Amino acid sequence: MIAELGLAALWLAAALAALQLVSGALGLTERGAVLGGAVRPVAVVQGGLALLAFACLIYVFSVTDLSVKLVALNSHSMKPLVFKIAGAWGNHEGSMLLWVTVMGLGGAFVALVEKRLPERTMLATLAGQAFVSLGFYAFLLLASNPFERLSPVPMEGNGLNPLLQDLGLAFHPPTLYLGYVGLSIAFSFAIGALVTREVGPAFAKAMRPWVLGAWIFLTVGITAGSYWAYYELGWGGWWFWDPVENASLMPWLAATALLHSCGVLAARNALRAWTIMLGVVAFSMSMIGTFLVRSGILTSVHAFAVDPQRGTFILALLAIYIGGALVLFGLRAATVTEGERFAFVSREGALVVNNVMLSAILGIVLFGTLYPLFAEAMGAKVSVGPPYFNPMSALFAVPMLVVLMVGPLLRWRRDKFGRVGRGLVIPAMLVVAGGIGVLVLGGVALLPWIGLALSVGLGWASLLPLKGRNLRRTPLPIWGMVVAHFGIAVALFGMSSESAFSVEKLVAVRMGEVTQVGPWGVKLGTVEPVAGPNWTAMEARLLVRYGIDGKVTRMLPQSRSFWTPPQQTSESALLTRWNGQLYAVLGGEAPKVDGEKQSRWQLRLWWKPFAPLIWIGGLLIALGGLLALLGRVAADVRRIVAKDKIAYRREKQGR
Amino acid sequence: MATVAKSPIKAKHQRLVLLIVALVVLIGAALLAAWALRNQASYFYVPSEIVARPPEPGRAVRLGGMVEKGSLKTAADGVTINFAVQDGKARVPVTFKGIVPSLFVEGSGVVAEGKMGTDGTFVADNLLAKHDENYVPHEMQDMSREQAQKVMQETK
Repeated sequence: MIAELGLAALWLAAALAALQLVSGALGLTERGAVLGGAVRPVAVVQGGLALLAFACLIYVFSVTDLSVKLVALNSHSMKPLVFKIAGAWGNHEGSMLLWVTVMGLGGAFVALVEKRLPERTMLATLAGQAFVSLGFYAFLLLASNPFERLSPVPMEGNGLNPLLQDLGLAFHPPTLYLGYVGLSIAFSFAIGALVTREVGPAFAKAMRPWVLGAWIFLTVGITAGSYWAYYELGWGGWWFWDPVENASLMPWLAATALLHSCGVLAARNALRAWTIMLGVVAFSMSMIGTFLVRSGILTSVHAFAVDPQRGTFILALLAIYIGGALVLFGLRAATVTEGERFAFVSREGALVVNNVMLSAILGIVLFGTLYPLFAEAMGAKVSVGPPYFNPMSALFAVPMLVVLMVGPLLRWRRDKFGRVGRGLVIPAMLVVAGGIGVLVLGGVALLPWIGLALSVGLGWASLLPLKGRNLRRTPLPIWGMVVAHFGIAVALFGMSSESAFSVEKLVAVRMGEVTQVGPWGVKLGTVEPVAGPNWTAMEARLLVRYGIDGKVTRMLPQSRSFWTPPQQTSESALLTRWNGQLYAVLGGEAPKVDGEKQSRWQLRLWWKPFAPLIWIGGLLIALGGLLALLGRVAADVRRIVAKDKIAYRREKQGR
Repeated sequence: MATVAKSPIKAKHQRLVLLIVALVVLIGAALLAAWALRNQASYFYVPSEIVARPPEPGRAVRLGGMVEKGSLKTAADGVTINFAVQDGKARVPVTFKGIVPSLFVEGSGVVAEGKMGTDGTFVADNLLAKHDENYVPHEMQDMSREQAQKVMQETK
């Protein structure tokens, strides 16, 4: 029954989305103005119904109702409860339902709290939001019904891909989806503003919190995804330029650019058309990402549920939404461009550089991700990897990071380099000193060398906007900017250090044997079988010691075998010290050679200096976003409260 | 407030300049990307192609085929393996140092990432075997029908 309830809720929600679209569109006309009042309540109910449908799906997964096809295909009664729940979105249909749910809730939230936009723009925005939702509802209801029943009911489910049975990953897709869908709200805002031609600071201020929110979730999602790939795949890398990773990076790049151009529009009423354009592009990137991941057109380690028919459906949605938005932009852009002027050396100028560089990197990633598709259409098999992505993106990232040191110090409208020059002497010296220092250490490739040198200077420069301020009175958004920019320096330092100084050892060792990797001595104690709820594993007991007189610590890497579906994964063991991380992977038993008696086990060991800073930096970046968001929201609340107070006083005084 | 008093540039001109700068950078990025992709994209080979027209040593390529039965040997260090990849027409010796994927066995399909050594041996730095029920390396989808069927049977 619950499954049918979910399906009914989904149909109703879709019907309400249609109503929201129609009444929103008609509400804009003079004769239909009366319909406009229905839009907000409809949006709220629609969000509620989508949530109900999603709750039903979670329920059927949590009780492992195998008569529901999706559960039978993706779950198993032996699985721990938390992974049963996560299984609800760890598949194609479920993740699409999560998508419309978040989108519906986002629309409902906008309808409830957004009071700043002019009413007409609000109507157009909610209608646009409903238009986008409607496509996804159609997709769910017509092409991938998550509540489809299965007959006969199987005895047991297929289980969840063991690689996905990981707490970090269980909550990774919802995080990214909140980001993707948050950008759909920015997209709707852009559409709404284009329809009513009201693009200005008020619009930017209304849109900014949504972009910030989406951007925070994307940042956290990408950071978590990178850490997951790092420890779960056992390959020891933190970024593989995998199509699925790129699918989340591209909207992030666009959102980062949008966030900054939104700031220019809000503060200075410039970059109007550009901001609208970025709003369209950012959500388009979310959709292209979804298309790439879901269609199976590019196979990746992460891609699951591959079905060309669905790919076609998403492609059609993509064409309608992106194409439609671009046409609208083409028609209307000319009428919204008039904005304030600024000198090239100014805060605006720096932010324009930031935007152009981010767009260039976005283009490079998009190109590299899609190129194999084009090549295949021409009959060639191509795979594009780090040799392309690393230097190409660095080419534009490096100048952007240099501008990042200067930009926050510049004044709006116009400024002189001379004024900010003195403040930048120390960061510049740090860059040079860092560069020379790494050069002396020697043996470091070009990119990590540049990265290390820049990160030191950037770390210092990012703190400069706080200079001469009363720290307690400094507005939260300024703190946010400082923390986020400092986070970039931290992450950059971690990435460069990891690439430059990692030491790797691959050995087959007997029990009791000691291996040196960097400053670590690693002794293989025992290898013994252990069992989990739905897996068995060989577990190695490693005794590790830093330097000669360090404390001996234990590490327990495992090689796991799951039986539904049958698959092996390696659970790496990580040991974190303040100056880096020791990473251990247990391989298999090495084949015996030359009449050996005692068996040898394969071990892969890495010493990665300062590697954790990569993700700590990522989290700092997100924290910066959160501070900025809190600051903005608090300011809004204060403004509304103050307005109410004034109105109340006036009423009291009988005015 | 409305205008920058001393700025000699008109708003219209400034927009134009910004637009041109942005376009130049973006088009430059696109051209660079196209050039880099032509040069650096690693191509997929099957053994008969590698034997017929070997890529120059040191260039990153992918080699896909079946692991030849009886060819798998582990070196004395316990972590280096040597095997041959064949596609029914030709065979290429491969050497790989590392932990092999769990579904990597003789007679099954594999995609090796790496480069040709000067002695005609393929030096792999990564092996992609069939990952699980749902994941087949992209290039493997296009192997001949028999091969594909064989991969499916053997790696189940």
